[in-house]
Amino acid sequence: MPGSDVTATHCPYCALQCGMEIGPELVVSPRTDIPANASGALCQKGWTAGELLVNGARLTTPLLHGEPVEWEVALDHVAARLAAIRAEHGPDAVAVFGGGGLTNEKAYQLGKFARVALGTSQIDYNGRFCMSSAAAASIRAFGMDRGLPFPVTDLDDADVVLLAGANVAETMPPLVRHLTGPRLIVVDPRRTQTARLAWLHLQPTPGTDLALALGLAHLAVAEELVDEAYVAARTVGFDDVRTSLASWWPERVERITGVPVHQMRQAVRALAAARNAYVLTGRGAEQHAKGTDTVTAFINLALALGLPGRMGSGYGCLTGQGNGQGGREHGQKADQLPGYRKIDDPAAREHVAAVWGIPAADIPGPGRSAYELLDALGTPDGPRALLLFGSNPVVSAPASEHVAARLGALDLLVTCDVVLSETAALADVVFPVTQWAEETGTMTNLEGRVLLRRRAVPPPAGVRSDLEVIAALARRLGPRSESATEFAPEFATDPAEVFDELRRAGAGGPADYSGITYERIVAETGVFWPCPAPGHPGTPRPFLDSFATPDGRARFVPVQHRPPAEETDADYPVHLSTGRVLAHYQSGAQTRRIAPLVRAAPEPYVELHPDLAERLGIAAGDMVRVTSRRGQSKAVARISDAIRRDTVFMPFHWEGANRLTNPALDPVSRMPEFKVCAVRVERDS
Amino acid sequence: MRLVVVGNGMAGSRLVSEVRARDPQMRITVFGAEPCPPYNRVLLSNVLAGSSRPEQVRLLDTSWYAAHDVEAAFGSAVTWIDRDARTVVTEDGRREPYDLLVLATGSDAIVPPIPGVRRAVPFRTLGDCERIMAAAERARRAVVIGGGLLGIEAARGLAGRGLPVTLLHLAGHLMERQLDVEAGEVLGETLAGLGVETRTGVSASSVDADGVRLDDGELVEADLVVLACGVRPVTALAAGAGLEVRRGVVVDDELRTDDPSIFAVGECAEHDGTVYGLVAPAWEQAAVAAEVITGGKALYRGSRLVTRLKAQSVELAAMGETQLTEEHAEVVRFSHRARGTYRKLVIRDDRLVGAILLGESDAVGTLTQLFDRGAPVPGDRAGLLFPGLSAAPVADSPTLMPDAATVCRCNNVTKGQIRECWEAGAGDVAGVAAATRATTGCGTCRDAVAGIVGWLREQEGISV
Repeated sequence: MPGSDVTATHCPYCALQCGMEIGPELVVSPRTDIPANASGALCQKGWTAGELLVNGARLTTPLLHGEPVEWEVALDHVAARLAAIRAEHGPDAVAVFGGGGLTNEKAYQLGKFARVALGTSQIDYNGRFCMSSAAAASIRAFGMDRGLPFPVTDLDDADVVLLAGANVAETMPPLVRHLTGPRLIVVDPRRTQTARLAWLHLQPTPGTDLALALGLAHLAVAEELVDEAYVAARTVGFDDVRTSLASWWPERVERITGVPVHQMRQAVRALAAARNAYVLTGRGAEQHAKGTDTVTAFINLALALGLPGRMGSGYGCLTGQGNGQGGREHGQKADQLPGYRKIDDPAAREHVAAVWGIPAADIPGPGRSAYELLDALGTPDGPRALLLFGSNPVVSAPASEHVAARLGALDLLVTCDVVLSETAALADVVFPVTQWAEETGTMTNLEGRVLLRRRAVPPPAGVRSDLEVIAALARRLGPRSESATEFAPEFATDPAEVFDELRRAGAGGPADYSGITYERIVAETGVFWPCPAPGHPGTPRPFLDSFATPDGRARFVPVQHRPPAEETDADYPVHLSTGRVLAHYQSGAQTRRIAPLVRAAPEPYVELHPDLAERLGIAAGDMVRVTSRRGQSKAVARISDAIRRDTVFMPFHWEGANRLTNPALDPVSRMPEFKVCAVRVERDS
Repeated sequence: MRLVVVGNGMAGSRLVSEVRARDPQMRITVFGAEPCPPYNRVLLSNVLAGSSRPEQVRLLDTSWYAAHDVEAAFGSAVTWIDRDARTVVTEDGRREPYDLLVLATGSDAIVPPIPGVRRAVPFRTLGDCERIMAAAERARRAVVIGGGLLGIEAARGLAGRGLPVTLLHLAGHLMERQLDVEAGEVLGETLAGLGVETRTGVSASSVDADGVRLDDGELVEADLVVLACGVRPVTALAAGAGLEVRRGVVVDDELRTDDPSIFAVGECAEHDGTVYGLVAPAWEQAAVAAEVITGGKALYRGSRLVTRLKAQSVELAAMGETQLTEEHAEVVRFSHRARGTYRKLVIRDDRLVGAILLGESDAVGTLTQLFDRGAPVPGDRAGLLFPGLSAAPVADSPTLMPDAATVCRCNNVTKGQIRECWEAGAGDVAGVAAATRATTGCGTCRDAVAGIVGWLREQEGISV
C-alpha cells in the first residue's frame, strides 16, 4: 500500500494508462496492481512525467492578448465577447474543440457546456484525428466501439497477433510485454521497432493496407480457412463479402501493395492455424480517407477466421491518446451525446435533456467534424469564436498552415492550456489550467477499463481546472435563450460530482457507466464498461455471447480498395507517411519541454532510404526540404533502409510534418488522410 | 440513357459495376453468352487444381443485379448489331435498343485444325474446367497441348490431382513470349519435379483415341487431352456491324470504336495496335470506359504487362522485355538451377524494362512496382534481386558495439551508460535497471543488457 505521501495514479500520456505512484519530491515509480503494466514497466515518458509538474514553462496567469491579467478580467472579457458574437451571429458562431487527453468528466462537461450554455452544435475534438475510423468500423460490424473488447492481458496467451499499422514498441512500450509470447505479424511500410520484433513483417506501399486486408481475406476463402460454423452462427452478410473477395486474388494485391504473395499466404495460414489469434489495428491503417473501410476489411478477415467474441481471440483497435476511449463516449463529438448515444436519436435526446434539465428540443443537432470545423473558422458561414481545450491543432491538424490561417481569421480564440503551446500562442485569451496529477478524474484506457487518475500534488498558485473555467463562463453567460426561460445551467466543478452526473446522463447508452464509482474503481483497480448497475461486475469481454447489434450477430460489410486521395506523380514523386517517436507524445506540448526526452529526440527529421538519398544527393544530417501541395517543411535527413525506397517518414510531434499532410476526409468517419500524401524531397542548399 | 453491354466476362462485368458505382440511374442491360454469373477467369487454374470450388471464383452474385437495378441476361448470345436502329439482336430474337453499346466479347480458345481434335478439351471457360475435372476423375494420363501460361497452369493443376501429365509445346522453350531460354528450361525442371513432363519443339499432328500423335509419328499416350493453344479475340459481331476490326475491334484512347456510340473493352479490343490478354489491362479499360460513358473525362494510354503464373509450388513473375541482351540493355542475372531459382533484371536508361523471377522471392513486389511506375532503379542491383542482402543486421555483440549505441530504446540508454553504471558498482541487470531504467519499458532489451553485463564481468575477470 502506498504510504500517505505516495499517491497511486496513472501516467499522463498514452491510452495504456500505466499505473504509477507519485512519491515525495515527485519521484515516479510503477504500480504493480494495474494489469497493463503490472510487471513494473514504464517507458521514458512515464519515468520522467514528474518533471511536468515542476516545469518552468508552466502558465500560471491568464493571458489577454499576450499580457498577464487577473482571472476575473479574462473571464469577463471572454464571456462578454461570446455573448456579443452569439447575439450578432447566432449560437453556432461559437465553437468548441476538445481533446482525447481530457478526463471523462471534462469531456462530458464540455459537451454539456456547448449544447446547454452555448447552445451550439459546433463541437468536436482531436480524437476525430485519432480513433474515428476504427470507431465507425467497429460500430458498423459489432454495434459498439470498445477499442479492445477484452483485457490487454488476454493477448499474453495468444499464438499469433497481427498488428496492422501499430508501432507499439514506440507508442506504448509496456504493451510489448503482452506480445512477447505470440508470433507477431506486423503490417507497416517501415521496419519499425515493432516490425523488428515480428515473426513476419509485411511492408506495403503507403495507402494500400485495404488491398492487403482484402488479399488476406481472399486467401482465407481460397484456402478454405474460413471458420464456417462461426460464420453461420455469429455473423450475417458473409456471402456478399465472399463474392467481393474474388476480385482480390493475391497476385493482384501483390502488384498494388508490393507485399509478396508467399508472405500473405504465411500470414493467413499462421492466423488460421493459431488456437488463439488477434487482429489489431492502429493509426497506420486508420488515418486514411478510406480508414473506415480498411478497418472493416481487417474486421472481415477476423470474422472469417472466427476470432471476434471468442475467448482468447478477437479484433481490437489500439487507442492512442490517454483518454482516447472515454473521450469518444461522453459527448464532445459533433454527432454524439453522453453514453455513446447518437445526437439525432430522439430517445437519447429525451434522456439526456432530462438530466440536463432542459427541453430536448433545445439540444442542437449534429455539427461539423473536426477538420470541417477548423476549415470553417472565420468563414462567412463558419464559427467566429473558438474555445479550445486540451488540443494543439496548429501542430496536429492536417494542412496545418491552412488551419493556423483559419484560427487567425477568428474574432475570438480562447485556449485552456498548461503551457503556451503553438496554438495558445495565437489565442486572444489563454486560461492556465491544472494538469494530470494536480486534479482528479477518470480515464478509460484502451481496454475500456475505467481508471481513477488521482490528484497527487496541489496545482501552482493562479491555476484553475478546466471544470472551473467552464463553470465560470457558464455562470457569466446565464440562460442562453428565450426558450430556455429562467433556466441558469449548473456546472459542477468537483470531478466526483460531474462523474455522478455523467453516470446518469450515460445510463442506458452503449457506454453505460452508471454502476461505476470512484470507490469501486480503486477497490477493483478499474471497472470495465458497460457497467449498468451498482452490483454489476463490469464487462471485460462484451462480445463473448453476442455482439451489440439488434440480432446479436456481427456484420460483414463488403468493401473495395481504392487508391490514396493523392497519388505520387512527376512533381511530387515520393510518398510521405507520418507517425510518432518513443520520446514524444502527440503535438509534443508536454514532452518537448522535458529535458531527458528532448535529449533522446531533439528535433524533427525526415527518414529516407539510402537509395533515395543517393539519388537526391542527400547525406545523413543534411537539412532537407519536403514540399507537398499544401506546404513546405524542413528537417534533418536520417538515412535508413528500414523504410521503403518510395516513401519518406516524418514524426508529427513538431510543427512542420502536418503542413504537408492531406485533409482529404473519410466519407464515414471524417478522418483526414494523415498517413499518406505525395511530396517532393530536396536538399536544402 | 440506355447502356447495353455485350459480354459478361471479366471485362463486361467490371464495366457494369464501374458504371453503376458512378451512376445509380443509368438503365443497364448486360448479355452474357455463358449461362452463369460472371466469374474470375484468372482463378480457373485453382478450380482445375481442386484448390477452389467453382462458387469461390464468382465475381458478382445473381442477387447483385437485382440489388443494383441492372438487367442481366445469362446464356443469351448477341448475334447482330443493328447500328441504324441502335439495337442489338440476340440469337433467340430479342431486340434491345441502346444509346451506348459496349462490346466485351472477349476471346475464344484456339482449336488447332488437326484430326481428332474434338477428342480434346479446350481450357478457357468454367464449363471447360468442369469438363476437364470430370474427365480427370477417370483418366490415367493427361496431355496438355500448349506451354504458355494457361497450359502450364492446367498441367500443374492436373498433376496436383495425381495424374501423370505431359506438356507439349511447339516453341523451343516454355512461355517463350515472356521468358528467355534459360528461364524456360528452369521452369521445365521445376515442373518435372511436380510430375509434369515437358516436351518442347514438338508439334501435335492428331489427337487419337489413345493419345496425341506427334509430327514424327510418336504417340504420347493419354486418355485426357487439354488444349491451351492460345486465344483469338471474338470480333465477328463487330465485323458484321461494319466496325473497324484488325486483330481486335479497333478503339481509341476513350475505348470508342469508329462508331462513337459503341465502345469495346477487354480481350476483344485492339488499342494502339495491341490486343491484351490479361485481366489488369481489361479492368483499366473498363474503368476508363465507365468514366467516359458516365460523362467524365479519362484516357487509356496502354498497360504495362506483368505475368504471374498461378500454379501451386511454382512461383513465377515475368514482366516487360525479358529477352533483351547485353548489346541493348544492362542485364543482371542470377541462376541456381538446382534450387529452381532464376532471376533476371533488364535495365535501360536506369529504368527496369523487364524482369523474370522464378522461385520464391521477396523481390517480386518491389520489382513489379519499379516496373509499373517506371521509377529509377537503385544503384545497388544485387540488393534489388536479394532484398535483405543490404539490410544484413550489424553485429550486436557487446564487444563490437560502440559505446554510443542505444541498447534500451524505451529509456534511451546507451552501452556507454551501462558501462559507467557497472563501473559505479551496479553488479547485475537489476542494478543496471535500477540506475538507468534500461529493460523497464518494453523489456525486449533484457538479453542485450544481460549480455553487456556478462561481458563486462568477463573483462573484469581477465584483468584481475
